[in-house]
Amino acid sequence: MIAYIVRRALYAIPILIGVNLLTFFLFFKLNTPDDMARLQLGARRITAEAVERWKAEHGYDKPTWYNDRATGLARVTSTIFFEKSVRLFVFDFGNADDGRSIRHEISTRMWPSLAVQLPVFLVGLAVNITFALLMAFFRGTYLDFWGVVLCVAMMSISSLFYIIGGQYVFSKIWNLVPISGYSSGPDAFKFLVLPVAIGAVSGIGSGARWYRTIFLEEIGKDYVRTARAKGLAETVVMFRHVLKNGLIPILTGAVVVIPTLFLGALITESFFGIPGLGSYTIDAIQNQDFLVVRSMVFLGAVLYIVGLLLTDISYTVADPRVRFE
Amino acid sequence: MPVILWTDALVFVLVAALALYSWYARRQPHLRRPWGRVTQSAAGMAALVVLVVYVAIGLLDSLHYRPALDRKGERGETAYSTEVRSVFDALATPLWAHRERTYSAPLATRAFARETLDVPGPGGKTLQVREYPRLAWGGAHLKEESDRGRDIALRAAGGLAVAVLVWAGLGTLVSRRHSWRAVWSGGTGFPWAAVLLTAGALLALAGPMLALCGYYHVLGTDKVGRDVLYLAMKSVRTALVIGTVTTLMLLPFAIALGIMAGYFRGWIDDVIQFVYTVINSIPGVLLIAAFILLAQVFLDQHAGLFPTSVQRADVRLLVLCGVLGITGWTTLARLLRGETLKLRELEFVQAAQAFGVRDTRIMTRHVLPNVMHIVLISLAIDFSGLVLAEAVLSYVGVGVDPSMISFGTMINAARLEMSREPMVWWTLGAAFVFMFALVLAANLFADAVRDAFDPRTRVGGLLPV
Amino acid sequence: MSELLLRVQGLKTVLYGAGEPVRAVDGIDLEIRRGETFALVGESGSGKSMTALSIMRLLPETGRIAAGTVELEGTDLLALPEAAMRVVRGRRVAMIFQEPGTSLNPVLTVGYQIREVLQRHTPLKGAAIDARVVELIESVGIPDAGRRATAYPFQLSGGMKQRVMIAMALAAGPDLLIADEPTTALDVTIQAQILELLRDLQKKTGMSMLLITHDLGIVSQMAQRVAVMYAGHLVEVADRERFFSAPQHPYSRKLFAALPDAGKRGGELSVIKGQVPPLTADFRQCRFAERCDFAFERCFREDPGWTRTGPGPDHPQIVRCHLREEKGPAGAMDEAQAIAAAAREAATAKPLLSVRDLKVHFPIRKGVLRRTVGWVKAVDGVSLEIGAGRTHALVGESGSGKTTAGKAILQLIPATAGEVVFDGVELTKLARGELRARRGDFQIIFQDPYSSLNPRMRIADILSEGMTALGVESGAAARSKRVDELLEQVGLPRDSRERYPHEFSGGQRQRIAIARALAVRPRLIVCDEPTSALDVSVQAQILNLLKSLQRDLGLSYLFITHNIAVVEYLAHEVSVMYLGRIVEHGPARQVLESPAHPYTQALLAAVPSVADDVEKRGKRDA
Repeated sequence: MIAYIVRRALYAIPILIGVNLLTFFLFFKLNTPDDMARLQLGARRITAEAVERWKAEHGYDKPTWYNDRATGLARVTSTIFFEKSVRLFVFDFGNADDGRSIRHEISTRMWPSLAVQLPVFLVGLAVNITFALLMAFFRGTYLDFWGVVLCVAMMSISSLFYIIGGQYVFSKIWNLVPISGYSSGPDAFKFLVLPVAIGAVSGIGSGARWYRTIFLEEIGKDYVRTARAKGLAETVVMFRHVLKNGLIPILTGAVVVIPTLFLGALITESFFGIPGLGSYTIDAIQNQDFLVVRSMVFLGAVLYIVGLLLTDISYTVADPRVRFE
Repeated sequence: MPVILWTDALVFVLVAALALYSWYARRQPHLRRPWGRVTQSAAGMAALVVLVVYVAIGLLDSLHYRPALDRKGERGETAYSTEVRSVFDALATPLWAHRERTYSAPLATRAFARETLDVPGPGGKTLQVREYPRLAWGGAHLKEESDRGRDIALRAAGGLAVAVLVWAGLGTLVSRRHSWRAVWSGGTGFPWAAVLLTAGALLALAGPMLALCGYYHVLGTDKVGRDVLYLAMKSVRTALVIGTVTTLMLLPFAIALGIMAGYFRGWIDDVIQFVYTVINSIPGVLLIAAFILLAQVFLDQHAGLFPTSVQRADVRLLVLCGVLGITGWTTLARLLRGETLKLRELEFVQAAQAFGVRDTRIMTRHVLPNVMHIVLISLAIDFSGLVLAEAVLSYVGVGVDPSMISFGTMINAARLEMSREPMVWWTLGAAFVFMFALVLAANLFADAVRDAFDPRTRVGGLLPV
Repeated sequence: MSELLLRVQGLKTVLYGAGEPVRAVDGIDLEIRRGETFALVGESGSGKSMTALSIMRLLPETGRIAAGTVELEGTDLLALPEAAMRVVRGRRVAMIFQEPGTSLNPVLTVGYQIREVLQRHTPLKGAAIDARVVELIESVGIPDAGRRATAYPFQLSGGMKQRVMIAMALAAGPDLLIADEPTTALDVTIQAQILELLRDLQKKTGMSMLLITHDLGIVSQMAQRVAVMYAGHLVEVADRERFFSAPQHPYSRKLFAALPDAGKRGGELSVIKGQVPPLTADFRQCRFAERCDFAFERCFREDPGWTRTGPGPDHPQIVRCHLREEKGPAGAMDEAQAIAAAAREAATAKPLLSVRDLKVHFPIRKGVLRRTVGWVKAVDGVSLEIGAGRTHALVGESGSGKTTAGKAILQLIPATAGEVVFDGVELTKLARGELRARRGDFQIIFQDPYSSLNPRMRIADILSEGMTALGVESGAAARSKRVDELLEQVGLPRDSRERYPHEFSGGQRQRIAIARALAVRPRLIVCDEPTSALDVSVQAQILNLLKSLQRDLGLSYLFITHNIAVVEYLAHEVSVMYLGRIVEHGPARQVLESPAHPYTQALLAAVPSVADDVEKRGKRDA
């Protein structure tokens, strides 16, 4: 089992190299440093010298792959590829266009993101599983039918409307919570409660319906019939047998997103003015700050791969069939 | 002068493909049966009625041309406007031609905000007063402004009456084939009752709206005075293009790579899996953002390539579809790989191998037809997801061109007005209702398709109403 | 012995699926006494499982009990509220199922699953429960019970899982055990052990058993009373002795006649024409009339009632048949038991196929770098020869490697070592193109008639695919003509060509698969368990077809099977395979009558056969 996990971890290396090369290609080959310079300098000030100066200032005046003017190891290290891309592996992201260290920004902004996303994840999971189990328990009745109808209706609403509607009703009309803002102190609760609630509610439609199918699939299996043949009550069958089996695909499927919770939610953070990585990313996209976007792409990939690894591990923990192999 | 935008061409390729498919499906019992089940689903057919209306609007809006100008060119040739219009625009001329200066509420005759106006005062002087100015078009035909309520009621009633007549006509057509009693008690195989009810509801909404839209702004106007009803209907095409052209673009990759990975296994599988894990590992929005930012840099630098702004916006829309396709093909490819892995172990594939049938032929004749239901189901399910994604992406700034009318740009422009007192709610409201109806219909239809094509998930679907 | 335990009267169960409602159980009466084993026999789709599930009130969600009573010692189970019924389930009536693999919860230990029954139905608490769980596991013959209690189902073999199911069913000491095809999913040697176990436990506990099976061999070993079910209702009920010596219903008699065994080598197996009628209809005639050789005008006019044909005031032999009503009971079976003339053992000519020391090994990879640490030796040195026009049976249980060997011979999977010489050509060394040119000479028929035909292709396309790929017939017209010939050869109507596989029954599909193989004019056909998914009456049709094709076309068969009875009927030579090796081979008669290897002996001894009963009857008749 440990060998299995080590192997999965090793598999992450080529993936990260692939992501690195892909982003390098996207951000430095498809979009050349000259383009970047023009974009940054603005339309009026573009001259050949200005572009060259900008490139020199930002370290783009070097060759792409191999520097034959340098000596020794610097032939490889004193290149755009090494300085801009290879350094991502040690999370050296460089500075954003406004001069601030991207790494520092990330390390301070990931916590507010987590403060929103983690409760959204946990509350959402609990609510979805409860609803799904309820619908599966009352399958074939009107409760189940209208539950599914409600789910389909809820998943047909754009997340933008959940946020706009929630802010309008709870903050503007009822004045229950501030419309936006963030605090890291003990009063953080009043800022967090609405974004968390909205995040959880907007996921119910697809989540609960999906889990319901998983539970129904389990209910159709032979071992459930065996459990009933033993004379067990329907609630025991549901909670002891079906829930336990159904939770395996649900939880192992959910594990993959845990690391990416640090990345935050773009829209939610932007609407609620939460100084997390999501709003950082949105700002970078809107300011066309390629370095920040590239850093976030790489960071996101790293976190996703960590998530895949966690999934593998959670399988071995949750499912005896894998655990004992 | 007709203008064929890239997305127009693809939309019509899709229509042709759909026609070809339905012709083919009629001849194939394994396709005819599940489609037959789709047509028996009340929810699915009701959803289809709604979708047909949307698609009609979208198709009319996909026939573009540049209107001729009155003046001739230098050598006497007809000169064309730089503005690109569509057949839909031509039909809805009053909607875009009746442009106000700024916000006005639905069915209003006066603007939403006070302005300083010069009013002829007593003694020939002009007085400056702050008041709500009359709109240039909304209710402009009224002699007395106080008649507004009566006028609206009369026109709406007229529209409704026409709607009822049309509906009665539909009902008569149906009752020629089925007795009225059978229709309402579900005695017909095809759920006529659900279809008639949906059509009735749509007609009851559309009739009064059509009757009023030439004289009022039924859903109000936006910040620069455009009619919101017009904006909402124009958004339909954008949403449909995003939802369908994207899948058209990702389909070849997903099918070819997914089936190859599952069929050949070994190093081919490893390479394909590597590629899709790399793409999958990058958060979708960021990958899309990266591509769109780069595409925008390209478009900005090569602005000369596009004679009109509509054509430039259209290329960006196409790029967006392509990018969504690149990020989206992995899910389908993985599903197809898994199914192919199962299929290749089945005995009919081995029987073909025992005949020495070539691999390409086994993949196209034996594997592909047996995974098509997965392709179909995922197309139907992806559609609504893509429509929703457009709104979010446009909000982030990596969606459609800001000049292109879409649900995303509508919401984006309107959300800033939330804090206004009283609130400007109608743009958001219109975008919400139009989008919700489209996505809900798409979801219900997708459910019907899934239930009919994949019996294993049948319990999971919406039960027939 | 005579005390009545369960009385089912007029039970009707309807399944509401996608199409018309199916009357899966259509008016069943049966009585089970204390301590007796009552066998419910029938082919698939006859409604026997639905009967059992109706008694337990565990029908699938589409099923409804429409009428009838199920009385357990006077209490109508169908009238009980659900809560009271739950006390009956597991405590009074327990059930075990066909698939032990899926019937246990995969994420709970087997000890826990047994414990649940004890907690639910017995006053035991704490350590007493633990002790009882271990005791139960021991009682079903699982060694090292204490450790096994903490095992998960996937850690046990199929036979062990069924033992656990039995332990679970017996935990609360039920009065009645319903066993629904308890050994169908198991290998024949395991089957013998499980049946033995059930008999022992029954003797110890004195419980009654409702045994549901399609296998007359099992019935003859286990049951005291037998009921034959056909198309949703019973057609014959009798004591075992009476049933095996003088079955009365034409359907029962046909079931016996269709059983293949050595005695019928020379002749054809008796065949039941047609298929079970769809259960959606309202029957106004005898349900078996369409397929009955003796049906007369009245059979098509009215549904027969019960006729008493055998002795006994308590439990007489009764049968639903107009013929027996009018003509009286029939005598002992004769036609099926006529011993055919000695088999024509033709001298072995030069072999068509000769396999020498064939090995197929699959690597086991372990560790971080997936190094190969060992090999699964699926086939480990198999040698055999098949002459032209001969049938060579390769017999073995699941996991013995017989299917792998068959596929490796056809070069569908690469052989690790060894030679396969077909008509003087070594196949394992051939390049892809050269092999392709010879593919037409050897073909394969698979076990599962459902997965072996592409559901998206018409029959004509399926049959001509091989011809196109191998260029057997040039031109569409020639191919089309050949398709017609093939359909006729395998006994299918000509209009089948434009239809799709789903429109055919299992037996018909297997005919199509045979026609597909014949299309390229092969000389050798590997038949991989071609009849094991089919009911016994259909199996007879397919075996007859294979035999007549061999006679007409001079085909050779490599017949892969686990069914000894089929071997007796069809094969000239037999090789017995065990764990990848051939442990015994020789002429069929010699191997079957005087097996030398202990495994072959065990295999033969484990087969439940109706022969014992037939012998007894022979004595009585004499």
